[in-house]
Amino acid sequence: MYKFLNTVLIGITSGAIYSLMALALVLVWRSTRVVNFAQAGQALLSTYIGYEVIQNFHSFWLALAIAMVAGAAVAALIDAIFMRTLFKRAAEGPIAGVAPIIATLGLLGLIRALLGLVVGGKEASIRPPVSNIGFTISGHTLAFSPLKLLIVASVLFLMLVLSLIFQHTNVGLALRASAYAPEIARLAGVKVDGIRTLGWALAGAAGAAAGMLQTPDGNGALSPDSLEFSLLLVFGFIAAVIGGLESLVGAVLGGLLLGLVLAFVLIYISGSLVFITAFVLLIIVLLVKPGGLIGSRRGRRA
Amino acid sequence: MTLVVTDLTVDHGAIRAINNISFRVEEGQLAAVIGANGAGKTTLLRTLSGLTHATGGSASWHGTELLYSKPEKLVRRGVSHVSEGKSVIPELTVKENLHLGALWRKNSDEAHATQEMILDTFPRLRDRLDQQADILSGGERQMLAIGRALMSKPSLLLLDEPSLGLAPLLVAQIFQSIRALTSQMGLTVVLVEQNAMSALKIADMGIVLNRGRIAASDSSVHLIANPQVRAAYLGY
Repeated sequence: MYKFLNTVLIGITSGAIYSLMALALVLVWRSTRVVNFAQAGQALLSTYIGYEVIQNFHSFWLALAIAMVAGAAVAALIDAIFMRTLFKRAAEGPIAGVAPIIATLGLLGLIRALLGLVVGGKEASIRPPVSNIGFTISGHTLAFSPLKLLIVASVLFLMLVLSLIFQHTNVGLALRASAYAPEIARLAGVKVDGIRTLGWALAGAAGAAAGMLQTPDGNGALSPDSLEFSLLLVFGFIAAVIGGLESLVGAVLGGLLLGLVLAFVLIYISGSLVFITAFVLLIIVLLVKPGGLIGSRRGRRA
Repeated sequence: MTLVVTDLTVDHGAIRAINNISFRVEEGQLAAVIGANGAGKTTLLRTLSGLTHATGGSASWHGTELLYSKPEKLVRRGVSHVSEGKSVIPELTVKENLHLGALWRKNSDEAHATQEMILDTFPRLRDRLDQQADILSGGERQMLAIGRALMSKPSLLLLDEPSLGLAPLLVAQIFQSIRALTSQMGLTVVLVEQNAMSALKIADMGIVLNRGRIAASDSSVHLIANPQVRAAYLGY
């Protein structure tokens, strides 16, 4: 009974973080049709910035806010300076389809290499802002701590804010219109280029939040070649695909589903099967329902 | 305010879609552009609204040069374009589609008044305001597309094939609404149509395009009476 409950709680917490990363990928995909592999690098860079804020001001929450703003700014710059030029230069020919993807892979390598140069072998780690010792119910310690509660609450809050922006503001309407039908949006007067950059910025902020929340939930360590951030990208990507790659709601549900499945494999079967399961799940979804398990036409609307 | 197009040439790669055409549409007039598939009708509209770049020539509306500008800029200067086919966004609600056309307008009271006028003209849209646009019928979609364009408070309206895929009875109804609305708002209209007769009937003037060149240009009454135009484009 407690084993089952703990598995669900672990799944929801890690799933919430995958959801954030999936959201970041979906936001960029919807606004520019680019799968942004650099997102892992951007999240890592933002988390390092957050780390520096913690070192200087000793506040995790201030660090989270600044990391998100920095993540948004970096993403906006990447789109406005780099991607926009790329779209103009490589607009035609066989390279047009893959150039942006290869470019984001290049950026990922570049960001990591530059981080390596700057922070070198310096040890960095982020300590949990609140206790990571599980709550106790009638003598049983749950796999759910104040930290995990904060993570889930933060993710829920960010999703709520995002969905409010998308569904109930003029900017949100412009974002959705630009994603679904850029030509009609332009004819209606939407400055689609600027709106796309805004999409990248929101994604950058979401990715930064994923990095800042994930790090203290793990062992807290940060390094330029962090395996955790590579996994964050991979799991976020799988979650986004499960959700249909188009839908924000799909990304969230995809992340939670992936988190739960992996938690059950980890606890009930074997830790060594977690990675395999994630990829088998990805391949099954692509083969059986390439439009995503949750990414129906209805899902695409939100 | 006159739409003046001079020596306009547009290339699609190696193909010359529009070949050195010139014409004028006076303020408040409705001009029908007719011609066979591939005559360059859609290209003409896309060039005037900034979606497609011209190779040469000029086109001006109310002192604004239309060529080499962006659609999102031109719409602020009064040029609204309803592009061919499905010019609504099916994932958005009817209200959102309308609202989209007025996002950039500062005065929301004015935009609201425009919306009321559009809904009075197309009452079927009022009943479906909060529904997803993908449940609309073909005719309702066209009404919504035109409504969205009008929400931008245009002075020049570019309409591409509003009759596409509609039943004949509905075509007549839509065309009447177009005429009534644009007269009421004092709009200048360029209407591109495959359905030549229906278009000429509501138009003040007509331009016949053939392989990127102007084959004939006259008042619509004269064009309808012209035996060559009748034989080639009106089918009798």
